[in-house]
Formats: sequence, C-alpha cells, structure tokens
Amino acid sequence: MHVSVSDENAEREPAAQQVSAFLERRREQIAQRWADAMLFRTVFTVSRDEAVEAGRSVAAALAAVAATGRLDDIRAPGFAAVRDQLGRMAAARVRRGIGADGLADEVAALREPVTDQLRGEFPDPYAPEAQECVLALTVLMGTLRLVVLDTTVSAGEELIARQREQLHEVATPVIKLWESTVAVPLIGTLDSARSQVVMENLLDAIVAERARYAILDITGVPTVDTLVAQHLMKTVAAARLMGAECIVSGIRPAIAQTIVHLGIDLGTVLTRASLADALAYALSRQGVEIAPVRMADAGAR
Amino acid sequence: MRASRHAAPTSLPIGSDADLAWVRQQVRQTAAELGFGLVQQTKLVTAASELARNTLVHGGGGHVEITPLDTGPSPGLRLTFVDAGPGIRDLDQAMTDGYTSGGGLGLGLSGAKRLVHEFDVDSRPGEGTTVTVTAWATVVPPARPGSR
Repeated sequence: MHVSVSDENAEREPAAQQVSAFLERRREQIAQRWADAMLFRTVFTVSRDEAVEAGRSVAAALAAVAATGRLDDIRAPGFAAVRDQLGRMAAARVRRGIGADGLADEVAALREPVTDQLRGEFPDPYAPEAQECVLALTVLMGTLRLVVLDTTVSAGEELIARQREQLHEVATPVIKLWESTVAVPLIGTLDSARSQVVMENLLDAIVAERARYAILDITGVPTVDTLVAQHLMKTVAAARLMGAECIVSGIRPAIAQTIVHLGIDLGTVLTRASLADALAYALSRQGVEIAPVRMADAGAR
Repeated sequence: MRASRHAAPTSLPIGSDADLAWVRQQVRQTAAELGFGLVQQTKLVTAASELARNTLVHGGGGHVEITPLDTGPSPGLRLTFVDAGPGIRDLDQAMTDGYTSGGGLGLGLSGAKRLVHEFDVDSRPGEGTTVTVTAWATVVPPARPGSR
C-alpha cells in the first residue's frame, strides 16, 4: 500500500474540485448547520440570520480555495474575502476570555458537520472516491483553523506594538540641574499611576538633593487635559509642602491655548515657557548669575 | 481594516486607560491628515481625551466613532462618544464649570465644549449617553443657509 507523492497529488486534484463543487452546492445547508455551532452561535447572538450569512461567506471562501487546489495554503487568495470577518469573530471570542486553544477547538468543531454532509452525498461513504474527498475537505478545514489562529496572532502583534508605544511613555528620571535644583522631564501620557511615580521620585529627590527648586518640564507631554493638570497641581502642592518651590516649564503655545479654553486655573502654579527660563529663574532666586566669559579670558585659553 | 480612513468612520473601543491613549493618538493622526493646525489638533485631542475619559469613568466604557468630514468647504472631524452607562441626571449641572461627580476638576464637559465648534449631548437616565463633537480645520464656520 505504497503511494508515491506524485500519484497522491495527481489524485487529489479532482478531489479538491469535487469538494469545491460540493461546498457551492450545499452552501446553504452547511451555513445552517454552522449557525448552531459554538463559534457562530456565541458571536452572532442578536440574530441567527447573521450567523447563517457569516457561514455562507465562509463556505463560499472555502469553495474558492478548494477550486484552486491549494487546500493547505493559508495564503490562498480565497481566504482573503473572509479573513477580516474571521478575525472579528475570533476577536469577539477572545474578548470573552476564550484562549487560542479554546478557539482552535471551536473552529475544529466546524469540521464534523461538513464532513458528515459530504459523506451523505455518496451512495457508499466508504468508497475510495468518497474517502478521498473527505480527506481533502479535512485538510481544507484544518487550513481554515490555521487561518483563524493566524488572524488572532496578527491581532496580538498589533496589541504588542501598541503597548510598546505606551511603554516608551514610562521612564521618568529626576535630574539634578544645579545645587538644590532638580528637574523632571515628563514624556508621554501622564495618567494616575505614572503621576504617582513621578511625585514619589520627585519628593525623594527633593529630600536627597536638599532641593529648593523643582522643575516639572512638560515639553514631552502631548496632551494636557484636566486630569493631567490636576496631577501637575497635586505634584506642585506636594513639593511645596516639602519646602521646594515648583516651576512648570515647557508650556507650548498650543497647550497654553488649550488650558485657557478648558478653563483650568493655573494661577497658583509658577510657569515658564521653557526649561531654560525655569532654570534661569531658579538660579537667579539663589543669587547665581550666568554671564558670558569676557572675551580676553576666553582668548587666553 | 486598512481601507481609506477618509469619509469612512473608524470605531474604537473605550474600555481601559490604554484605550484612551489609543483614542488620543488616532484623533491626532486623523486630524493631522485632514490638515488641522497644531492648535486645532491639540484642542480636539484634549476634548477627545476628556470625553473618552467620561465614557470610561462615568459611562462604564463604550466606544468612539471618528468620522472625517471632507465634503464641506473646510475639512472637519466628528467624534461620537457612546456609552450605555447610567446617563447624566442633570445635564445643566454637569455642564457647569467646577461641578464634579468624581473628584476631578469639574471642567471636563464644559471645557471640552469650549474646545470644539459643535457640541451635543444626548443622555437618557438608565440608557446611556452620546456626546457628539465636531471641529473644523479652519476657524471659519460653514456658511449658514440664507447668509449672503
């Protein structure tokens, strides 16, 4: 019972065509049976008609793939038509807490209704021709399973890319700029958790550096809404309680206009347009003056 | 999913703080593509941030629809925030500067209204709230019928 690879391929071609014709012919019955399967039933909860409609388009896509004979190719163009739909269905299941393994089981459960239906098409379901077709259909359904999992993997990759972007927003070092002057360059989104970290780091640095002046630079904060403003004001108030004067710098023109329209009153907070202005203020308050070196001295070096 | 963003509304879920960041980024990007200036972009993104947070905190989550309006004399962007939360009991009170139900500054709704050109709240107690805002890229408002 030895079948060479070329023989196998030669025989599978017509089987694939038969499967394609079968999927076209029985699309309605298959869609009806799939509509009761877990995957469709739990995604399309509002109307059974939607589930049947979705089943029809999946069956049509499988027929298109089978017609090209690329039964085990997850990149077969026939799948493109339903990739988005399958992706949405998979995402809906994953949101409900179904893992990739559960999803794989649910897609696998779609196989039996179709293979049963296909067997019923043959007078003798155990004839070699029937077996050949069922095998081809089984391969095709396995590929469908891979396509569904592939869509969830791509969705996961998207999520990771998004989270990586958010991770860039996390680092918040406190920098000593001068004797008793520290600065925090804030970069990214200032949510409650991060503003808590910023506040703790800043207060620690005020103690460690015996800082009298603390500069919060928001040049790198893209959006200053009421929550961000509230966090800033709380941080300023806390720093003030520690005996440090706080300066908020890096207020860009667009941010300034937005704050005014929002109606946020920053009257109690000392602000400067740039970090340089804030540092100059802190230095002047300490009696430090930065002046250009006289030309004669500079030339002597 | 990768279809042209213009004219087709994009719907984004609002269910976590991470979603808020995503909404801000998408609004900023769409506004920039439509030719909004930096100030207009910043205003709209800030308004979107306030309203999306309301959807999350007060409405218990929901979604936002981002609709580019590029058929009129000036490109615009419409944002529709939808939640199925408890609704706003007293809208006038909620729109008052300084009134807060959640320990914030109480400027979210009223402030957001001042940051956009058109602002509409539809809230039914027990059913949810829909806030629709529209901003135009150029400050000139669309011509009113009958003028000129």
